[in-house]
Parts: sequence; structure tokens; C-alpha cells
Amino acid sequence: MRLIFAAMSHDHDHHHHHDHDHSELSETELRVRALETILTEKGYVEPAALDAIIQAYEIKIGPHNGARVVAKAWTDPAFKKALLEDGSKAIGTLGHVSRVGDHLVVVENTPARHNMVVCTLCSCYPWEMLGLPPVWYKAAPYRSRAVKDPRGVLADFDVTLPKDIEIRVWDSTAETRFLVLPMRPEGTEGWSEEQLAELVTRDSMIGTGFPRKPGAPS
Amino acid sequence: MNGVHDMGGMDGFGKVEPEPNEPVFHEEWESRVLAMVRAMGAAGAFNIDTSRFYREMIPPHVYLSSSYYKKWFLGLEEMLIEKGYLTREEVAAGHAMQPAKALKNGKLKRDDVERTMVRGKFARPAPASAKFNIGDRVRAKNIHPATHTRLPRYVRGHVGVVELNHGCHVFPDSAAMELGENPQWLYTVVFEGRDLWGEDGDPTLKVSIDAFEPYLDPAS
Repeated sequence: MRLIFAAMSHDHDHHHHHDHDHSELSETELRVRALETILTEKGYVEPAALDAIIQAYEIKIGPHNGARVVAKAWTDPAFKKALLEDGSKAIGTLGHVSRVGDHLVVVENTPARHNMVVCTLCSCYPWEMLGLPPVWYKAAPYRSRAVKDPRGVLADFDVTLPKDIEIRVWDSTAETRFLVLPMRPEGTEGWSEEQLAELVTRDSMIGTGFPRKPGAPS
Repeated sequence: MNGVHDMGGMDGFGKVEPEPNEPVFHEEWESRVLAMVRAMGAAGAFNIDTSRFYREMIPPHVYLSSSYYKKWFLGLEEMLIEKGYLTREEVAAGHAMQPAKALKNGKLKRDDVERTMVRGKFARPAPASAKFNIGDRVRAKNIHPATHTRLPRYVRGHVGVVELNHGCHVFPDSAAMELGENPQWLYTVVFEGRDLWGEDGDPTLKVSIDAFEPYLDPAS
């Protein structure tokens, strides 16, 4: 371990604090390519399989999956009840949403309680519902502050909560994954699931935002 | 391990910076790193806990100054070397020079990719009955293992309440060291913000972690 990591830190020292330093990036790029070459030559990976994995994350998997689940919960009380009891099982009954693994827990926002999800130790996130996590979710400012000063974190998102509402932060420290069920926006009576899904933002399902208001730009 | 990855409650990292219309990947190589990690994991070269442990062992100054996928890359390369899938000579040369080591599940084929996009199952049959019930008060142990653990520092020594029981799951502390799955009961334990952060803490805050039974003692 030491050899490679020591070489890394040496390399890093030369490029200290240069945003998007081109030489460091291209050095990384070369190392990544070299690793893929070795893994391919040794018969460990198939480049076409790597392409397929990347394509799945770029196209199939994203917050649109979570948005459909939320919209369904807003319009179907029996589904909502099942979803809050066993998220994985309830989502499994929806053919049109991507398959979901076990251990998904859906937590409901109410006028009395706002939920927020973090992974202080790494980057655990409900990939199948939301896609790959954004950079900020995986970065030190969010991971360090979410459990101590969530209102301060929310201010960075221009989100303000009522003073005395309970804030519940779920630190994803195991293989359970958490999805926030935000409150349905007012003024959406009679809307279809498809219309409602358009209002559901990724951040509203992490707990760092709210759904769009009817008529707000998407 | 008490590494810099265990960030809950640390100060000084500045504001959260959301990026409007963020792309899935910022650089092409990031996507290759993600795919290699997924493919080698699916092939059985390592489990998810071992891969997390290798990222945690990246020295703090490198960890803090590397992008997310750079950390994934550093952890992956080092892990594959230490587990005997490649050699440092091969990495330096950029080509295979030694015979391959057998992969537990075989190479991930393109046609099997879709199957691997669903998360693995971590629940296991219970070797013993659960020690704690919903509503029990429990104290997070004051433990400091030098190896992988999922008990964050900021709750150690504090009392919380068991809120959910998720059943028995693979125990990361054992799996990361390749000591077997050693299934343990897993609970959501909720703490009062002020118990964690003192009198100046947000009185409206509650924080939960998912805690394996060996992390917990009964509390009165």
C-alpha cells in the first residue's frame, strides 16, 4: 500500500491547489487506462461489459425512478402505506420502475418532521431510485455537517424550514438505503401520476430540497 | 479505523456546493473506474466492505485532496495488487506480465450486466435471537478498531433508542477483513442531537445510524 500511495502524495504535492489541474487529470487518465489494459489482458474484465455498465448509469438509472414512486405514493394511499412498511417490496410490485434491491426504507416528510439522508462514512445512496449521487453528496462539507448542523446545510441549498419542525437525519451506515417521501405540493389536486412525477426533484428525495411548485420551471 | 473518512461532525470543510445540471460523470475516466469496480466486484475479486476499507486506508492528505473517483481508483488498484490480481511491476509497465488469478465468480460478461445492476442481498438467517427490542435504550460502544467498522465516531459512548430492526445482515467489520459474513442483527438507533453535540446543538435534531448488535450495549 505505502509505495503507491506515497507516489501519489508526491505527485499531488506538485500540483497543490490548482483547480482542475490538467496535468494531474491526464496523469490519472493514463493510470486508469493502464489499469483497464491490464485487467483486460489478464481476462478479468470485458470492455463491452464496462461499456454496458456505464450506459446503464447514464441512461436507465436516475431520479426519474424515484419520482415515479413518490408520485404513485401521492395518489394511491394503499401503495403509500405499503411503501412505508416495506419500500423494497412495494416498489417491486411496480413493473414500470427499475428493479430494486432489498433494504430500501422510505421515510415520510410531514408538517412535523423533515427527513434528510447522508452517508458520513462514504457515499451510500439509493442508486436504483436516484442514480449515482451528485458530487456534493459524496464530498466533505455535506458528509461532515449534515449530522451536526442540518439547518446550516439546508441554507446552502436555499432551503429554510420552520423553526420548530423536527429534523431527522438518517446516516446510511449499513446496507439499508433511505429515500425521502416529500410532501405533495399544494395546488395539485386532481393531477395525474405523470404530472406529479414532473414536480419531484432529486434533492426532495434526499431531503435537501422540496418538490417544485405547480407552474414553477422544471 | 479512526480515519479521515469518518467525517460526521467535523468542522471547517466549508459550504456545500450544489452543481446545477450536474453530469453523471465529469470525466470519461471516472466512468471507467466505476465500471471496473462494479465488474471486478461482480466477478468476486472483493466484497463491498473490503473495497470500502481500501478507500479508508488512503492517507488522509491524499484522501482529502482527491476527487471521489480518484479515491475509487486508488483503492481499487491497491486492493487488486494486495489481493494478488496484479503486481506493481504490471502497473508500472501498463501491461499484463504474470498469469491471471482465478476469479471466484468468473469474468463479468456483457449479457450479465443487467443482472448485476440490482443491489446484492445482505440479509442472512439469524444465528441467535435479537438482543434488543424496538424502544430499548442502547449505548454505542466506545470502541476504536484499527480495521474497518461502520460505527461512526460521533455516536460512540452515546445513548440512543432502537427504532427499527432490519434483521440479520452481513457484518462489515468481519467481511472487510475476509473473515466471513458473521451475520449480526442490524438496528436503526436514533440519538437526540443535543446528546451528540451538547447544549448548543440544534434542539430539533435527531440523528440515526444503522448499528450492528456488536456495536451496542444495553443502557438504562
